[in-house]
Amino acid sequence: MRFGGLTAIAGVSFQAHPNQITAIIGPNGAGKTTLFNCLTGFYRPSAGRITLNGLPLERLADHQIARQARIARTFQNIRLFPMMTVLENLMVARHAPLMKASLFSVAGLLGLKRYRDAEADAIEVARRWLDRFDLTAFADTEAGALPHGKQRHLEIARALCTDPVLLCLDEPAAGLNPRETAELTERLADLRRTDDIAMLLIEHDMSVVMGVSDHIVVLDHGRKIAEGSPFEIKRDPAVIRAYLGETDDEALPPDVAGDVAC
Amino acid sequence: MEYFLQQVINGVTLGGIYGLIAIGYTMVYGIIGMINFAHGEVYMLGAFTALIAFLAATLLGGADSALGLAIALVATMGFTALWGWAIERVAYRRLRKAPRLAPLISAIGMSVVLQNFVQVTQGARVKPLPPVVHGGFTLMQAGTFKVDLSWLQIGILLLTLALMAGFTWVITKTPLGRAQRATQQDAKMAALLGIDVDRVISTTFVIGAALAGVAGLMVTLYYGVIDFYIGFLAGIKAFTAAVLGGIGSLPGAMLGGLLIGLIEALWSGYFSIEYKDIAAFSVLILVLLFRPSGLLGRPDVEKV
Repeated sequence: MRFGGLTAIAGVSFQAHPNQITAIIGPNGAGKTTLFNCLTGFYRPSAGRITLNGLPLERLADHQIARQARIARTFQNIRLFPMMTVLENLMVARHAPLMKASLFSVAGLLGLKRYRDAEADAIEVARRWLDRFDLTAFADTEAGALPHGKQRHLEIARALCTDPVLLCLDEPAAGLNPRETAELTERLADLRRTDDIAMLLIEHDMSVVMGVSDHIVVLDHGRKIAEGSPFEIKRDPAVIRAYLGETDDEALPPDVAGDVAC
Repeated sequence: MEYFLQQVINGVTLGGIYGLIAIGYTMVYGIIGMINFAHGEVYMLGAFTALIAFLAATLLGGADSALGLAIALVATMGFTALWGWAIERVAYRRLRKAPRLAPLISAIGMSVVLQNFVQVTQGARVKPLPPVVHGGFTLMQAGTFKVDLSWLQIGILLLTLALMAGFTWVITKTPLGRAQRATQQDAKMAALLGIDVDRVISTTFVIGAALAGVAGLMVTLYYGVIDFYIGFLAGIKAFTAAVLGGIGSLPGAMLGGLLIGLIEALWSGYFSIEYKDIAAFSVLILVLLFRPSGLLGRPDVEKV
């Protein structure tokens, strides 16, 4: 992905698995969010391909990424529909199946059973996620009126409501207080346990990253500089150098320094 | 008092018609942030379609039957809906990501194209339609002045109310309406949740155009004369109504339409019929000066 003369990310490849959380970390400007933007169709990559389960993501329209590739994401700065209720926010995420069942609202206008069943089903799914994120009490509140921490939960619940195979979380702990962060970490760990979803996590809060990730990918200047378990990453010299600067360069054994360029 | 009542009846009838057109302006503005200046022409196309349908029905001898009216209504809605879809597809969709001025100019171009198209194919002369719906009843009588309420006025009011109620229901209760509101608030996010935003926008144009078509049909029946130029003035007045109610707000468009209709009727009744358009447009200027967000509009929220 290039912007003018700047190459934002290049040649990054890694695997994400169901029931696992893959964290993507790196210093500011490393290309983490750009990577998400390429995955979810915000940017078309300037060159190369992105595939998920064999589907070429760079060729899908925005709305097909959610429907066909089944990727969902959340944003660093929360993007809810602030003037809709919490339940409606979730119902929007069930739009595609509902629209099909309602024959583009015609069956809804006629009050056909087929549509009423589909809607009851959509509400059921939405309620389940509300329940799991402790938002049931807020179902009829306007999303914009929720406190920040609840909005964060709602955004994740809404993404999950699309029934994704890959969930991309962009700094879910940003702006949360320590208690809310701990709660969020617990939720993510819970999701990993019970749902067959592959999760990608961009996060600066290392307590969250080290606490829930199975696998960590480290980016710097748009390139992957390391990959491994949290334990390995904590000790990786290339990672330490990227985060702390080049000052301790001579402390590194030459063979490790050679591995960095990829 | 009787005179006033009569003007209110006329104003409310007119207001319903403006309201139906205003819905199209406000919906399109809400969802893609542009003023569709070709919307008035869609209303004019609706009027012509209705005229042709009624003349055809007259030839077949069923113009004043309920069935004839219903067929004309469905034909008009279907035809204008098609136009609404085509206008968006041809003139606006490719400009979705262009600077805001581009679709606006395209809309004005589309408006000129449609006016000239109708002028060339239908002729520039004023087209009369003999009254189709007859009768009514007298509500009150004071001396020689009678307060009349015609069946046509009742029909227009009932149909307007039914359409507005139905449309409100679609917007607030159906998946389509939810998708429209979501697209209005954050189109990109709506797409990421699996909503085909282009299709939602198309549907919005189609619905708006069908409602404007109904307004065109009503005007054809109500005034009995139309020409290729009626879309301009009615379009700008409905736009005024949408701004008065708060552009982007659905109840605002209905309320704004009603108020503009009343202002126009009362002004014509008490002051001067020549200056009725000036009264309506003065309202536009006053609203823009003193309450740009309109009566029911929300102040612009900065998008992050």
